[in-house]
Amino acid sequence: MKVLVAVKRVIDYNVKIRVKPDHTDVDLTNVKMAMNPFCEIAVEEAVRLKEKGVATEIVAVTVGPKAAQEQLRTALALGADRAIHVETDERVESLAVAKLLKAVVDEEQPDLVILGKQAIDTDNNQTGQMLAALSGMGQGTFASEVAFGDGVEDGYVRVTREIDGGLQSVALKLPAVVTTDLRLNEPRYAKLPDIMKAKKKPLDTRTPEALGVAVSSGLELLKVETPAERKGGVKVGSVDELIDKLKNEAKVL
Amino acid sequence: MIRDQETMQILLDSIRSFINEALIPREEEVSETDEIPEDIISQMRDMGLFGLTIPEEFGGLGVTMEEEVNIAFELGHTSPAFRSFIGTNNGIGSIGILLDGTDVQKSTYLPRLASGDILGAFCLTEPDSGSDAASLRTTAVRDGNDYIINGTKRYITNAPHAGIFTVMARTNPDIKGAKGISAFIVDSDVKGITIGKRDKKMGQKGAHTADVIFDNVRVPASALIGEKEGVGFKTAMKVLDKGRLHIAAIAVGAAERVLEDSLRYAMERKQFGRTISDFQLIQGMLADSKAEIYAAKCMVLDAARKRDEGLDVSTEASCAKMFATEMCSRVADKGVQIHGGAGYISEYAVERFYRDVRLFRLYEGTTQIQQVIISRNMIREAEA
Repeated sequence: MKVLVAVKRVIDYNVKIRVKPDHTDVDLTNVKMAMNPFCEIAVEEAVRLKEKGVATEIVAVTVGPKAAQEQLRTALALGADRAIHVETDERVESLAVAKLLKAVVDEEQPDLVILGKQAIDTDNNQTGQMLAALSGMGQGTFASEVAFGDGVEDGYVRVTREIDGGLQSVALKLPAVVTTDLRLNEPRYAKLPDIMKAKKKPLDTRTPEALGVAVSSGLELLKVETPAERKGGVKVGSVDELIDKLKNEAKVL
Repeated sequence: MIRDQETMQILLDSIRSFINEALIPREEEVSETDEIPEDIISQMRDMGLFGLTIPEEFGGLGVTMEEEVNIAFELGHTSPAFRSFIGTNNGIGSIGILLDGTDVQKSTYLPRLASGDILGAFCLTEPDSGSDAASLRTTAVRDGNDYIINGTKRYITNAPHAGIFTVMARTNPDIKGAKGISAFIVDSDVKGITIGKRDKKMGQKGAHTADVIFDNVRVPASALIGEKEGVGFKTAMKVLDKGRLHIAAIAVGAAERVLEDSLRYAMERKQFGRTISDFQLIQGMLADSKAEIYAAKCMVLDAARKRDEGLDVSTEASCAKMFATEMCSRVADKGVQIHGGAGYISEYAVERFYRDVRLFRLYEGTTQIQQVIISRNMIREAEA
């Protein structure tokens, strides 16, 4: 079984985000970048499927600038067999990413595509769903468990989904799209010798043009602002005072 | 020399995440229990941290000096006890075999050292020979196809956990000094070896040192490193600059950690209605620390690059070791000062680091030994 894993280069989750002084965008100058944490979970799941003997080949794919190859190398160090870099310096919206991934899916014909449920930069939570729709595959989003065999019919994957108020299990006919939630697994640290070897694994580069996809955006970014600073709270002396304030000041009662 | 910038970046990122997520949260536990938990040791093995300096053909990473110090900058950010546990395999515990070992010795031990399957310890220091290492008294006397080793070794890092010892012993009593000394690889389970009680130290809890006593320990002649007498010690002395640069880099990392902790504290702690980072006397300590760390880091990197180029960096390595470790103690001292009373309380890591980093000025050659080396090199050069 071939698994395609999509990864995205985003600002490292430890970094405090700064907005450019002219409010045109987030300031990325000299900011530490890393693989989106949900994508790390996606790679880990693919690697576990390979370790279980379910997957035979893992192909990592990313869309982004030249520097995004670092995230592909990380995926290769973690256990992906080869990587595809769709290189573009454009700001690529979810739909364009989904179209590009669809083109890669057409070429690669994977049995399973695993993506993070969302990227921590724009938090869109769209790409996996759009890819499933474009390619006519079933989708299991917000996965907390991905199961093969073990009572699951051949040619299907059972995905346990985290939904409001509980868990939902869906059986998807392969090929299918799975997006990962936080509790699916705990990603491992790459072994240092594997990081050294990752350089020798194949990494192919494509362009959106070659894949026949126009990445131009239908959205215009008008302004980026930092969240409003939280105002200091007040301590109340009694329950009565609290009720009074809720009624007369906040007017929520 | 960095062989591949991108690979190095991923490597450092991976090590940094491991330190931040897996090691720093466990520092207090290690300090309290004086043990590194087994699950952490096993994670360190999985990651490949024991084989940083061992060549790729033996399962390690074969890092260059510049790569090694960059990794050491990261490792310095957490308790030195973790670094100490992987330190001997990456340094003194493997280097004798690596540089002078026969092919059989290399293929027998290096893969197991690289994987962390066994720990290697280095037995040089003795009760009566520290800085004057060449005066050591442990003897190895030829007896047929064997050698018989007798003597006591002191403060041996990782001795309680070691699978093999690199033992420096005098094979020729007629030759005083370095030339009469040879190096042996001795399995720790050989009859006649006793490991003493763990030393009670000022800091670095979780890192263990102890005496190793050799009482008529019989080893085959094939245990002689390089199967030649008189080489091991000389080589060990030649590569001291490597260990010194490593410790200097660890000291830089530790100072960075202390300064990060101190800055965070200063920006949170309020007195007189303001955060103490608003006060210029606190700012002065922060700035002095920052500048000194930067200076030491530049020295370490410069010396490491020169060493990779094949230059003799005896002076540079000693300068870097002396400056970085003394600097680290000053930064730790200021760190405690910035923390005020809290800095004396073990709830804050700075109290622990203040004690931990004191060792940096003592081992791999005391500051005074570095001064001697530097000035002797200066005089020798001026005379030439």
